[in-house]
Amino acid sequence: MAEFRLPPNSRIRKGQHFDAANGSANVRRFAVYRYDPDSGENPRIDTYEVDVDSCGPMVLDALIKIKNEIDPTLTFRRSCREGICGSCAMNIDGGNTLACTRSIDSVKGNVRIYPLPHMPVVKDLVPDLTNFYAQYASIKPWLQTRTPPLPDQERLQSKEDQELINEPAACILCACCSTSCPSYWWNSDRYLGPAALLAAYRWLVDSRDEATGERLDELEDPFRLYRCHTIMNCTQTCPKELNPALAIAETKKMLAERRY
Amino acid sequence: MSDYEFIDHSYDVVVIGAGGAGLRATFGLAHSGFNTACITKVFPTRSHTVAAQGGISAALGNMGEDDCRWHMFDTIKGSDWLGDQDAIEYMCKEAPDAVIELEHYGVPFSRTEDGKIYQRPLGGITTRYGEGIAQRTCAAADRTGYAMLHTLYQQSLKHDAEFYIEYFAVDLIMKDGACRGVVAIDLATGRLHRFRTHQVILATGGYGRAYFSCTSAHTCTGDGSAMVLRAGLPVQDMEFVQFHPTGIYGAGCLITEGVRGEGGYLTNSDGDRFMERYAPNAKDLASRDVVSRSMTVEIREGRGLGADKDHIHLHLEHLGPEVIEERLPGIAESARIFAGVDVTKEPIPVLPTVHYNMGGVPANFNGQVITSKDGDPESVVVGLMSVGEAACVSVHGANRLGSNSLLDLVVFGRAAAHFCEETMTPAARHKSLAPDAGQNSVARIDSLRNANGSRPTAEIRLEMQRIMQGHAAVFRSGETLQEGVDQLKMTFSTLGDIKVSDRSLIWNTDLVETMELENLMLNATATIQSAANRLESRGAHAREDYPDRDDVNWMKRTLPWVDDNGPVTFDYRPVHQDTLTDEVERVPPKARVY
Repeated sequence: MAEFRLPPNSRIRKGQHFDAANGSANVRRFAVYRYDPDSGENPRIDTYEVDVDSCGPMVLDALIKIKNEIDPTLTFRRSCREGICGSCAMNIDGGNTLACTRSIDSVKGNVRIYPLPHMPVVKDLVPDLTNFYAQYASIKPWLQTRTPPLPDQERLQSKEDQELINEPAACILCACCSTSCPSYWWNSDRYLGPAALLAAYRWLVDSRDEATGERLDELEDPFRLYRCHTIMNCTQTCPKELNPALAIAETKKMLAERRY
Repeated sequence: MSDYEFIDHSYDVVVIGAGGAGLRATFGLAHSGFNTACITKVFPTRSHTVAAQGGISAALGNMGEDDCRWHMFDTIKGSDWLGDQDAIEYMCKEAPDAVIELEHYGVPFSRTEDGKIYQRPLGGITTRYGEGIAQRTCAAADRTGYAMLHTLYQQSLKHDAEFYIEYFAVDLIMKDGACRGVVAIDLATGRLHRFRTHQVILATGGYGRAYFSCTSAHTCTGDGSAMVLRAGLPVQDMEFVQFHPTGIYGAGCLITEGVRGEGGYLTNSDGDRFMERYAPNAKDLASRDVVSRSMTVEIREGRGLGADKDHIHLHLEHLGPEVIEERLPGIAESARIFAGVDVTKEPIPVLPTVHYNMGGVPANFNGQVITSKDGDPESVVVGLMSVGEAACVSVHGANRLGSNSLLDLVVFGRAAAHFCEETMTPAARHKSLAPDAGQNSVARIDSLRNANGSRPTAEIRLEMQRIMQGHAAVFRSGETLQEGVDQLKMTFSTLGDIKVSDRSLIWNTDLVETMELENLMLNATATIQSAANRLESRGAHAREDYPDRDDVNWMKRTLPWVDDNGPVTFDYRPVHQDTLTDEVERVPPKARVY
């Protein structure tokens, strides 16, 4: 019989409970994953009761309120608080998203908050994204050309060609998509994952780039690209409403067309 | 103290900050063979440059006639004649090259019908010295800062620049008035790193978080200017804080001026397009300080909107869904998420919100940090440079024009790299640091990590932010400023009673936020005291008790030194009113009307 339990050192304990302040009228409960690497103890779920009437509307507002007023040890990344820097990606109510653009109202019942799935956890809601960033760098995400540009003039690009890169070039590298992908969970050592593949596609369709062949060569690999099994979690979860699954499908199509 | 042994490094140049300016300097230096480290407290693409929306200014003339001399005139007028005309000339002349270079790096600029870079109108940007409206702002939809920051990071990857990511710079290492290095803490491990270097370049951005309501990211805490102050050097022109007219009411998130550039406009509770009264020519595209003041007057006189009559409406529903979809998609998204508004059908509730710091670390247009010393107002601090919003060159003077900040980043980031190339040689021998170099940082970190007073960091921070918001806002008076100065002194003194709860070494954000609070407090103190000290109105600094600009007494820069415990002393530097070359004429001061 296969054993479906986590190893003992990964099992999540019940943690502390923090009551709301007296007189709070509109209380919501936040169940937050905690892991303290200094203590060596198992991770735990702490629950915090928050008066959402005295809190901003987003999940990030609640996390900041908890850190400011209840428990300053709660640890998470955040910066722009408007959905453009990609720092506060985490798993909220079972889905990967940005805490700063996910409203508390949109979650029913307890608001469950975990770090991005299947990544090494550094502390609390902070995952280690080293591999994710290295994969991004590996696709050479910069303009590659052989034709030197005119020194004092831009490269021309039609509006239609520009539109092709508009959406793929809007990825904020939050890692929500890659860490929602079962293929990535199983093979993140060799499969690039949807974020890096979307970045690769952005350069494949940029009319100014002249390394399309080399880029496709790099991707033509049973793992790097073809571990995508069209599960589509990436597109479903993207907080910027981008479509990495389509970009991957288009890339596969470019490879197929190149063969014939 | 075994927790705190240093890991030592030596580099030709160390850049602190990986926003637009820091990245441009970093890969420029890496490209020229300098052994360069870039220390950044967030992953580079999380830096606040990412949130810039409207665009980057350059007189390319893709959408009609333009000239970099007109750009220069607009910038000087926008600065209310507190900008250095030599530096402004340099920036405006470099602008077309800088933007073309960005395009060659791959920035996904929006395009015109003939395939060139799309340019939009923005506030205070004119043709023929104020006659018409220029389309000078080069845009990648409404996420130009995002597009630039990612592209600059991509170039850094291409040039294999070396990064220390999620390292927090604590303090400069100074010796005999020169900068010799920097101490930083690695968040992932809590280990301290000591960097020995010939040149530190501060590119740490602004300090918007000194205020309660700002468009700035949580990470905009003025770390560079605070390090400079702790090193016994002055900052400059801190009283000039830009309020962006259109922060989303409540959330404070930015709505780009590009909305008004594309034809959007503001109304009050009477449905009146009130900017026509305040700026008959430029209307909604007047300078930011002018629009923010006009909005504030409307609200004060009872013509605000909402239950509390405390905000203004920004309309773009008349632009039509196609224009919004093509040029302002991010705005539509932000308004939907943060204001619950469908911009194709209804206006966005907005309010002037702290946005940008014209002040910062005094620097010349090469990027070298300067101070006033022994009667020399241009005395160079050896080994220290500053670029971007952290610096005060000053090309923005008393008020920055929209789309000049992204320009400032790349032009002066690049200038700093060029200056190092011209004046330094790679792999030059290092002098050894004193054995106790950086020990003051160790003491500071240790005392903060174990601080067990009665006031949590967040409580003191909130108090400081409310004082700044209430006393150093769009309009100021001697009375409210003095009240603010006194209150802030009290708050400053409670730093000694601070309580840090997280005692760990790994990813201790409680400790980092506490160090950031100390940084903010120094910046806030310099700001409010400089504001109380400047007895005139100029640009973003509007004194109700001194409503006029006073060029006789105040055409000069404020240099505040802030003691570790709060007291401030002032000196002044002259404004450079002469141009860099004789190719352009200087713009003499005159009344500033839009």
